[in-house]
Amino acid sequence: MGSRASTLLREEEIEEIKKETGFSHSQITRLYSRFTSLDKGENGTLSREDFQRIPELAINPLGDRIINAFFPEGEDQVNFRGFMRTLAHFRPIEDNEKNKDPTASEPLNSRSNKLLFAFRLYDLDRDDKISRDELLQVLRMMVGVNISDEQLGSIADRTIQEADQNGDNSISFNEFIKKVCL
Amino acid sequence: MGPFLDFNPFDNLLCILLGISFTVWFTLLLVFIIVPAIFGVSFGIRRLYMKTLLKIFEWATHRIERGAKDNNHLLYKPYSNAIIAKEPTSLEEEINEIRRRGSNRDLDSASEFEMSDIFYFCRRGVESIMDDEVTKRFSAEELESWNLLTRSNYNFQHISLRLTVLWGLGVVIRYGFLLPLRVTLAFTGVGLLVVLTSIIGFLPNGRMKNFFSEQVHLMCYRICVRALTAIITYHDSENKPKNGGICVANHTSPIDVIILASDGCYAMVGQIHGGLMGVIQKSMVKACPHIWFERSEVKDRHLVAKRLSDHVEDTTKLPILIFPEGTCINNTSVMMFKKGSFEIGSTVYPVAIKYDPRFGDAFWNSSQFGMVNYLLRMMSSWAIVCSVWYLPPMTREEGEDAVQFASRVKAAIARQGGLVDLLWDGGLKRGKVKDTFKEEQQKLYSKMLVGTQEDRSLDTPPSSHLN
Repeated sequence: MGSRASTLLREEEIEEIKKETGFSHSQITRLYSRFTSLDKGENGTLSREDFQRIPELAINPLGDRIINAFFPEGEDQVNFRGFMRTLAHFRPIEDNEKNKDPTASEPLNSRSNKLLFAFRLYDLDRDDKISRDELLQVLRMMVGVNISDEQLGSIADRTIQEADQNGDNSISFNEFIKKVCL
Repeated sequence: MGPFLDFNPFDNLLCILLGISFTVWFTLLLVFIIVPAIFGVSFGIRRLYMKTLLKIFEWATHRIERGAKDNNHLLYKPYSNAIIAKEPTSLEEEINEIRRRGSNRDLDSASEFEMSDIFYFCRRGVESIMDDEVTKRFSAEELESWNLLTRSNYNFQHISLRLTVLWGLGVVIRYGFLLPLRVTLAFTGVGLLVVLTSIIGFLPNGRMKNFFSEQVHLMCYRICVRALTAIITYHDSENKPKNGGICVANHTSPIDVIILASDGCYAMVGQIHGGLMGVIQKSMVKACPHIWFERSEVKDRHLVAKRLSDHVEDTTKLPILIFPEGTCINNTSVMMFKKGSFEIGSTVYPVAIKYDPRFGDAFWNSSQFGMVNYLLRMMSSWAIVCSVWYLPPMTREEGEDAVQFASRVKAAIARQGGLVDLLWDGGLKRGKVKDTFKEEQQKLYSKMLVGTQEDRSLDTPPSSHLN
């Protein structure tokens, strides 16, 4: 499996990814092995079908949205750097990072970047607002056919009512942060 | 007379030398390999070989580790570096945990939906992207130590001259000496099988024919075992399958058949192929009744079930050998057993096969290699080392249906072989997962939302339900 990838990851690349994402050397090697095993076409990039081949992801109700998060605007392929950049959001925040240099750019796995990732799962059109429709879409994905349109609509309305503070009937990123409160 | 005058005396010498070396070669082959195969005894050469190899591998891994430490970075070890920190919990527990952490207020008035609920699905999704339980079963297992084969190496950079020399030596031995030897043996074994079973086919049906057929099958499979340098340890042979039963085993490669059939006689089940396989299948069935299906008959489940049950009812016929997973899995787990063979109602003899991947990975990745390529890889590895456990026979209990019975047998095999017991279908190697699993998740989540709604609706007057 790993030896099929004739391009072993170069040391410089590993260092760059380490700096950008904060993963350790062995974590990066491990994820590279994972990347190549998913890359059935062996062309150094992953397509949406490659992700959908993972059964546990295919049965996840939000699977398609999560897969979408890996692909930059309008593109169909993601390379290893992009793959790692997205995964970096999920790296746990370590204690020794909390008191780092405040002028350095915010790490990918900061609390607010994690929340932005989740926000973007709702906000499909990237207008920085979660509208009632977008909320309904995500709700519908999570519950399938088990809840009626009306019930779902009232859940969405109630949620927006509770979260919306500036009265524009949609949820902005700041309102989202306050609501989620993690 | 002209050309003979130019006859070079060296040619003569060369011919004599070649003749002698061939004779010596074949005599050694006969004495050390074929004769023991006929009688089922062993000189112990293979085990000595295995012990030597192990010592060499340990040294090689040690060298690589030392080299890596000098370069100051950690080695990639597939199973020691866990990348996901999680414990398995249910959907409901985890979502409640997320909600509890997020809100300051008490959750007695459990709200029906929280925006933070997506974190659960989000995290599970990304975890499965980083590592999932299923897709890794369809490619060869990763090794913690290096066994001097480039095909299983992830850390190889030029660490030391000695290691590279050793590797080079390994290549020469494997491709120059072992491979030709094994190929010769393989041809011998298969050839003998075809010829002898056809001859036996002429005998009248009866005890003599069965006896000879068994001996011939055993002998040829033993030669094939030596052709692969397979070092097999059989455990609990008192549980070996008997006539009228069905033997089920986990499936890793076509070699499983050779391994089991060299220790006992089975009736094989399968589809008739063309080419060499077809020739072998047709001649085998002359000597004793195997169950071969035409391609068209394979789809007809009733026909298949009928032929299998007819066979097991006749106690003069050999036990059937079946691999219920339906496809090759990489020997780290056991996947869903198809229930067909468990519906027949005869005694099931489970067998667990576990390969030791350090000497050569036996898994057949059929999307990566064809059969011939695969066999060549097998024959150019160091050896195939495996353990076979014969488990005590099982029968279907009262009130148990075929699917539950299949799961019980699967769990027993997984436990004995030290394999992970998975519910996933091996068919996921090629096909998509069924939507019913996603719908189950959605149902579970909806219950969380709607469940609290129902409690709430008990307080409101009934009239508000009417619209």
